[in-house]
Amino acid sequence: MFDAIINNLSYLLKGFLTNLELAICALAGGIFLGILVGLGRISKNLWVYHSVTLYVNFIRNIPLILVIFWFYFIMPILVGRPLNPFISAAISFVVFEATYFGEICRAGFQSISRDLVSAAYSTALTYTQTARYILVPIAIRRMLPSMITQSIITFQDTSLAYVIGLQELVRRTTIVDSMEVRSIQLYSFVAALFFVICFVGSRISRYYEIKSREANIL
Amino acid sequence: MGLAYKFDWSVLWREPYGEWMLQGIWLTLQLGLLAWIIALFLGIFVGTMRAAPWKLLRRVSTIYVEIFRNVPFIVQLFFWFYAGPMIFGKTLQFKINAISGLNYYAAVVGLGLYTASRVAEHVRAGFASIGQGQYQAALSTGMSQWQMYWHVMIPHALRLILPPLTTEFLTIFKNSSVAMTIGVAETTFMSYKIDSDTFHGLEATTGAMFVYLVLGMVVVKTMSYIEKKFRIHGLVGR
Repeated sequence: MFDAIINNLSYLLKGFLTNLELAICALAGGIFLGILVGLGRISKNLWVYHSVTLYVNFIRNIPLILVIFWFYFIMPILVGRPLNPFISAAISFVVFEATYFGEICRAGFQSISRDLVSAAYSTALTYTQTARYILVPIAIRRMLPSMITQSIITFQDTSLAYVIGLQELVRRTTIVDSMEVRSIQLYSFVAALFFVICFVGSRISRYYEIKSREANIL
Repeated sequence: MGLAYKFDWSVLWREPYGEWMLQGIWLTLQLGLLAWIIALFLGIFVGTMRAAPWKLLRRVSTIYVEIFRNVPFIVQLFFWFYAGPMIFGKTLQFKINAISGLNYYAAVVGLGLYTASRVAEHVRAGFASIGQGQYQAALSTGMSQWQMYWHVMIPHALRLILPPLTTEFLTIFKNSSVAMTIGVAETTFMSYKIDSDTFHGLEATTGAMFVYLVLGMVVVKTMSYIEKKFRIHGLVGR
């Protein structure tokens, strides 16, 4: 019944590992760049603000597949030789997801009231101390649920690297399926793998959301 | 250091590529709009079920939403297209596979079912924000459960959730690009096809980006008109 999966299990799971690796690269780069984007979106320097806003609004209106293709086409021109699809995909993911993480960060930064900052200063905390003990902890607690949700979406999105021939799970599944012709069990297996991870992730996000709502002091 | 690449933007309009792009845009519009109809009706239905007073209905709709939200859309699409016909058994399978444009129907249905789960979540959130008062008031005027949903809850919830629905409507056009993986010749597919024909994929995909950008602006303008028209008076506007 599960013959096609069992016969190709290690091949398929290695593909899934590629998804995980790509997701980790995308998240590390995307969150880092996203924090910068979020800061740029609340910047008082109009040049910074407008250029970052343009970047965010542009990318958010474009399908991820197209961004993946675009970097796949432009990288060889810039570098001068064909690039490994993994690196090309990782770059497009960082650029794409950073805009989404950036908006989460912006909302998180903006949700902190000025009174809180004034209160911190009035108790003689320095700027670094205010950031370290007041701003960052509150912002992180507020952003955590959406950050986790967006990370799950990023993880799901890694399957789109299929289009440039990256050997991730979906690509490997189509290869196995073309030989074994066991579409139902193979695609159900892929769906189940993604489902388990994403479902657990969404429950964790829900947990933090409820927890921060209960601690309504913020 | 100069780039060893000569730009040729004419791949966006020259024969036959201009026509390819237009065909692609037309297909993107079709996919998005048809799938949106499915997503809206099914999403409202499932979302209403999630707020229903019967546990079984709530559970069924929760399972629907969780499955469709937690599996990547490309996997869902491959499942409907490759595995879907096999579910019906050997004899019917061949008949279904012989349907011309099967990938197109699979894309519309797949995109619709996927987006429905997201619409359902917004509908549920809309119901949650209405509050018990309206619900009790409707029932106290002698309305049945169905009348309460149809005349009071659903119209109110829909007007409340118009802004997030705008986002979903934008997303459905963006997600329709995934249909290229099963060979539906929409905008992204065409830009890729132009690349395999001319090796000028950079210009073709850049052009496609602007197509989606313009499409997004049109959607936002239309929806902001609708939002204004169906605004609930007395609530803080955006």
